[in-house]
Amino acid sequence: MSVASPQRVGTAAAVLVLASLPVWVGNSYYVNIASQILLWAILALALNILVGYAGLTSLGHAGLFAMAGYTAAMLLGAGHNHLVSDVVAIVVTLATTAVFAVLALRATGIGFLMITLAIGQIQWGIAYRWVGLTNGDNGIVVSTRPAPLSISLAGAGAFYLATLIVFLTAVATMAVFARSPFGAALRGTRDQARRMTALGYNVWLIRFLAILFSGFWSGVAGLLFIYYNQFISPQVVSLTTSAEALLMVISGGSGTLMGPIVGAAIVVVMKNVASAYIERWNLVLGVIFILIISFMPEGLVPGSARLCRAAWRRLPWGQSPTIDDPAGSMRGGLTSRRMREHAP
Amino acid sequence: MTLWLTLAVNSIALGGLLFLLSSGFSLIFGLMRIPNLMHGSFFMLGAYLGVTLLAKGVNFWLAALASAAAMAVIGGLIERFLLRRLAGEQLAQVLLTLGFAFIVGDVCLMLWTGDPWQPATPDHLRGVVKMAGLHFPLYRLVIVIVAVLIAVGLWLLIDWTRVGAMIRAGVDDPAIARVVGIKVSRLFTLVFALGAALAAFGGVMGAPYLSVYPGLDFEILPLALIVVILGGTGSLLGALVGSFLIGAVYNFGQAMLPDLAYVILFLPMLLILVLRPQGLFGRVVS
Repeated sequence: MSVASPQRVGTAAAVLVLASLPVWVGNSYYVNIASQILLWAILALALNILVGYAGLTSLGHAGLFAMAGYTAAMLLGAGHNHLVSDVVAIVVTLATTAVFAVLALRATGIGFLMITLAIGQIQWGIAYRWVGLTNGDNGIVVSTRPAPLSISLAGAGAFYLATLIVFLTAVATMAVFARSPFGAALRGTRDQARRMTALGYNVWLIRFLAILFSGFWSGVAGLLFIYYNQFISPQVVSLTTSAEALLMVISGGSGTLMGPIVGAAIVVVMKNVASAYIERWNLVLGVIFILIISFMPEGLVPGSARLCRAAWRRLPWGQSPTIDDPAGSMRGGLTSRRMREHAP
Repeated sequence: MTLWLTLAVNSIALGGLLFLLSSGFSLIFGLMRIPNLMHGSFFMLGAYLGVTLLAKGVNFWLAALASAAAMAVIGGLIERFLLRRLAGEQLAQVLLTLGFAFIVGDVCLMLWTGDPWQPATPDHLRGVVKMAGLHFPLYRLVIVIVAVLIAVGLWLLIDWTRVGAMIRAGVDDPAIARVVGIKVSRLFTLVFALGAALAAFGGVMGAPYLSVYPGLDFEILPLALIVVILGGTGSLLGALVGSFLIGAVYNFGQAMLPDLAYVILFLPMLLILVLRPQGLFGRVVS
């Protein structure tokens, strides 16, 4: 790849556009929506490590996300400073993720999903019912945003830029991860767990580490969330949040870097638009789920890419020598490839 | 002493209710391997339908049966026209049923508002039964009796009838079952409808006891899940034992650690996952 390959130019342009967004958008309402998109995109990317690369679908990520948020909010409420609160919150989240991983990895496929769902509900139960610890339904207020290097993040623009830096770091680590031997090994455990075992890979350990990596970024997203909203309540831990995150991954296209980001943008924008007109966000969410499953099961990014490639090949100069996926593998991105190995 | 006895009676009653909920889940998830995340929605929607009928003065048993029948139709239609197209694609099935669960939850909130509904216990089921010098509330005894009757009925159906043998054959090897002339697809639709009906019936039975409120669906779904994980997937006996175990854990937990009652419910599941992942009565899948 040359220094000025189209991909690099595109990436640089995208970063420039994103970094200058507060300048050309101006209105702080839209800047705030951009911050929301970025922080949810981090959670979606984290979940994508499991859904897309490990073939393990989790419906309990809201628990990990909220674990960091709640821990930091409680520590801040007890008078600790931002650095201590955030570091402890991430450590606690990693510890929780480790327990989560050990339990959920007793199964793969659908069993994994069901266990993560149950663990997520336990965390919801703690947040909602253990009033003495979490203040129950009233939630916890986070009174201040941090000021790293004495730059205040109170304004929408400053907070957006801070979120963008964290987001770009997340994207960079994910890109490195996806190309690394570890990422390749993880994809191997997704597609052919038995062969990976036969080749001497420790499948359990690879999956465990992937879940920890995912938990780390979920925790970071959780911290950004409480600083953005300056509030956390059991609503965040609900199954709806986990389902939304999963929708971001699936709608954009799992197993790709751009997919979850596009998915996060779609879901956040739709949620904001929908809630301006109707209160029935859950209804809309449900309908989108069903439509995506029925019509574009591989997600929007791979789906659009497939359509573009097909259109390109129809053009006289677009004869590409690459062999395309047969149409039958359309749903492959979603399930069959992954479920095949669990079949008896 | 009376406190403990009350707790024990309540545990058994809740266990019965949980069995009504989880027996259907055991059929759908345990036996047919369809990860049905709208099972709690069947329970809640069934309960709302039953409560509405009760408010119109319909007889309690009639209301429960009508609600179960309605849910059987809805469940059957969803299986036949949507889940069928996704056969073998479990993640897609998860998302589809999850999507429906969100829709059902929101529609229920729209139609029945956010206030909890709690019908009065029907007149002929009120009162107390005296046994061995102890007093038992009649309604809770009735729940347990109904649960045990259904358990026996399901066991006979699955293990001892021709239809049951055909269902088991269809689950174990659908291709061969079809070759020998079993209409596997139709059987699966029936089993799914039966599971939905059982959940709705449980919802109506539970309404005078638990009340019906928004969010009940996702609160009760994990309970069905823990019961089935605990008992072992596909085992009706496991679901029965698991239900009573969870009923006891919930009631005793609520009395001793009210803040954590909901969380303690999950402890048996976590223990079983670590010690015996196939569940108490599950068979190891090769």
